[in-house]
Amino acid sequence: MDLKEKLLSSYLAFEETLDLDNDIHDIRNNAIKYFEDTGFPNKKLEAWKYTSLNSILKEDYSIFPKQSSAIDYKEVKQYFVYDIDSYQIVFIDGIYSSHLSKTTHDKFDACLMSSALNSSKYNKVIQKYFNKIAPKDSLTALNTAFSKEGAYIYIPKNVVAEKPIQILNFSTGNEHALMLQPRNLIVVEDGAQVQIIERHQSLTDNAVFTNSVTEIYAGKNAQADYYKIQSDKISSSLIDNTFISQERDSEVSVHTFSFGGKITRNNLNFYQNGSGINSILKGVTIIEGKQHVDHNTLVHHRQPHCESHQDYKGIFADKATGVFNGKVFVDKIAQKTDAYQSNNNIVIDDGATINTKPQLEIFADDVKCSHGCTIGQLDEEALFYMQSRGIPKKEARALLMYAFANNVLTSVKIPELKTRITNEIADKIGVQLGFDL
Amino acid sequence: MAYTEHELEQDLKNKEYEYGFYTDIESDTFPPGLNEEIVIAISKKKDEPEWMTEWRLEAYRNWVKMEEPNWANIGYEKPNYQNISYYSAPNKKPKYESLDEVDPELLDTFNKLGISLDEQKKLAGVAVDVVMDSVSVATTFKKTLAEKGIIFCSMSEAIQEHPELVKKYIGSVVPPKDNFFAALNSAVFSDGSFCYIPKGVRCPMELSTYFRINQAGTGQFERTLVVAEDSSYVSYLEGCTAPMRDENQLHAAVVELIALDNAEIKYSTVQNWFPGDKEGKGGVFNFVTKRGICEKNAKISWTQVETGSAVTWKYPSCVLKGDNSIGEFYSIALTNNYQQADTGTKMIHLGNNTKSTIISKGISAGRSQNSYRGLVKVNPRAKNARNFSQCDSLLMGNKCGAHTFPYIEVSNKSAQIEHEATTSKIGEDQIFYCNQRGIDTEKAIALIVNGFSKEVLNKLPMEFAVEAQKLLEISLEGSVG
Repeated sequence: MDLKEKLLSSYLAFEETLDLDNDIHDIRNNAIKYFEDTGFPNKKLEAWKYTSLNSILKEDYSIFPKQSSAIDYKEVKQYFVYDIDSYQIVFIDGIYSSHLSKTTHDKFDACLMSSALNSSKYNKVIQKYFNKIAPKDSLTALNTAFSKEGAYIYIPKNVVAEKPIQILNFSTGNEHALMLQPRNLIVVEDGAQVQIIERHQSLTDNAVFTNSVTEIYAGKNAQADYYKIQSDKISSSLIDNTFISQERDSEVSVHTFSFGGKITRNNLNFYQNGSGINSILKGVTIIEGKQHVDHNTLVHHRQPHCESHQDYKGIFADKATGVFNGKVFVDKIAQKTDAYQSNNNIVIDDGATINTKPQLEIFADDVKCSHGCTIGQLDEEALFYMQSRGIPKKEARALLMYAFANNVLTSVKIPELKTRITNEIADKIGVQLGFDL
Repeated sequence: MAYTEHELEQDLKNKEYEYGFYTDIESDTFPPGLNEEIVIAISKKKDEPEWMTEWRLEAYRNWVKMEEPNWANIGYEKPNYQNISYYSAPNKKPKYESLDEVDPELLDTFNKLGISLDEQKKLAGVAVDVVMDSVSVATTFKKTLAEKGIIFCSMSEAIQEHPELVKKYIGSVVPPKDNFFAALNSAVFSDGSFCYIPKGVRCPMELSTYFRINQAGTGQFERTLVVAEDSSYVSYLEGCTAPMRDENQLHAAVVELIALDNAEIKYSTVQNWFPGDKEGKGGVFNFVTKRGICEKNAKISWTQVETGSAVTWKYPSCVLKGDNSIGEFYSIALTNNYQQADTGTKMIHLGNNTKSTIISKGISAGRSQNSYRGLVKVNPRAKNARNFSQCDSLLMGNKCGAHTFPYIEVSNKSAQIEHEATTSKIGEDQIFYCNQRGIDTEKAIALIVNGFSKEVLNKLPMEFAVEAQKLLEISLEGSVG
């Protein structure tokens, strides 16, 4: 039985556990129908030209893990940004772990999707926001059909979340192969602020396929910073679908750090619905082996006087493949748009491949839109300069790579996270940092 | 081109498509429709050897199985390929010994286009192989070329007189089944130009062909083949104009360039086919496949100025097969009113130390859509490949669109690829500056657009550059405001 059939039949079983009177049920039903018609994306689709899912669709995944399992905090401490005070929403094999989590309902809600979907208290928010910007595409629809758990974060008007929220998804390897479909909803009302860190982590070498959907709504003047750490095992694949809707004068940034995983695909979509909006998309990709990272971004400028900044850096070794497929769409009325898109790549080994497609689609004339993209190697002259000053070649190379990737980190607002990522990059490249940044 | 300022003024006053006239020469036209018989009939009409007929049939059979591509960022009503007449030739034959014998009406047509043959003859170094509809009716300067061993003739003539060369090279760069339009062209191509530069010869003049689509409802299927032997050089010009017509006309040409070791080919195009009127009615569909292959140390340079056609679908490409080969692409694409263009290039790096440069300037005005679509591909074995791409777009008004779709695929660590693109508009301060100095707005725009396109215009041979500049100005008329 192939995965699609399995999912379709699992859906029937899943349906039996649900409250059929819930409004969400129609949404789920429509979504599964859509998935049934379209199936998994293939390479013939322009958006999937460079990424084939075939190798990960072969596995026989468990759609629903049989048993919830507990893990000791000590075992997984390293995957938390542990040196900061934060709220934590933790899932183990897709099931909420109250033991590891620290949620809140005080000034704002940082809790579970399952309770939000089922409790009437949250009904208003769910009705207004759930599945409103996630468009119809097959993987998003698949997630919508199976949506039952994930993080639910609601920051009311003018509330500033005083500490970051960490969302962690662990998989224990209790199942031979596991498919996870977390569904997150983040609503940041007018004038509110929040910082979120998200991580997917497999604890064993068993196959994991995560198809995650996150919807983020930023109200007027709201500010949201979202950090994604993707440093998973080579047996794990991640398809991350994130949709962001922004209102007037809001600022949303998404940083994606891709350091591992078999196939990582980031579908990151920004929709600007007011003027004075700023959207920031940054990414660092450092991979080796046969890893594959695909960044597929869209910024849709729908209103005048908005900005968007995209900056993606990649270092590719061995037989790794990097894809960048960025699109900036400027509507007719979105005059005075300032959109910038940059994608820089370094290829370390001959087997590595980079496919990049930075696209601009512009329908307004008074705009400042540009993109740049480079593929190259380390600067020989800079290497020579350092070597002539007594830095060994290996270190010199590492330093250059480190400097190249580290540029993106300047906009990370949580100092501890910045140090953490900095160290991870240093570690990845094999450079010893004798200093703190 | 001998083109004075006075004439430019006259042209600027002329708001309608100035080349829209129709020469009344009796034509020998096939009934509309396409099937194997028509293909055989075309081949027979041209007295072609059997292998050529077979080649056409093969292409036709492939074409029947293919689907018209629709991935490009253009929208148009797909032509009904059974409603097109696939052959039309001016029927005053045989060929003329001198210009005096040429049908005066035909000569008049060329005069209106500003390419009078006698003037051409006098003008330094331009030999013109005039293609009226599809059959070439006059070739000049043939003798000078013959002395050097250069063959420059129509495709049909080449098939008769140099079958070995044609057989060897035709379809070697653009195979008949390459794409829908190339297959169609391979099956029904009526004529075109053939050019062969022998080893070590530097072609002393710019070779040029002028195309015109003349008969109503006749698609024009040109086939051009340029072969430059070892260490030779040729510069080839192609310029196009078409008469005004309500019905959409289809043009599906194929151009193949072969640059052998150390050879250099420079191919320049000025395309000014009827773009349709202000309401977007009529206009030529231009679906062209152009590709060149570079052997060791060879260089191919494409330069194009695209101002005409209702729909343009065109990607002049370079296959950099030999080590140290160089590919260049310089393009200006201007769209106005309801025109649509999806154009760009492909640079395929296969050999070591290959270099490519892409400079693309897109100007959109009116309600037009202008897209750059380009591919830079570096093979895993192509060491030290180097590419620089720059795509600039200029928008006029907020009813038009400018799009950039660059595809960059690199699988070799020594590759160095740079791509940048910008979008901008003509600044009010720039216009104001010009106005202040007594230059009216329309002229100011022409001036600024010329400056914007200068990098590409500079690459054109002198005579062409003047014409291209003039074309840009005419095409932008009425887009102010």
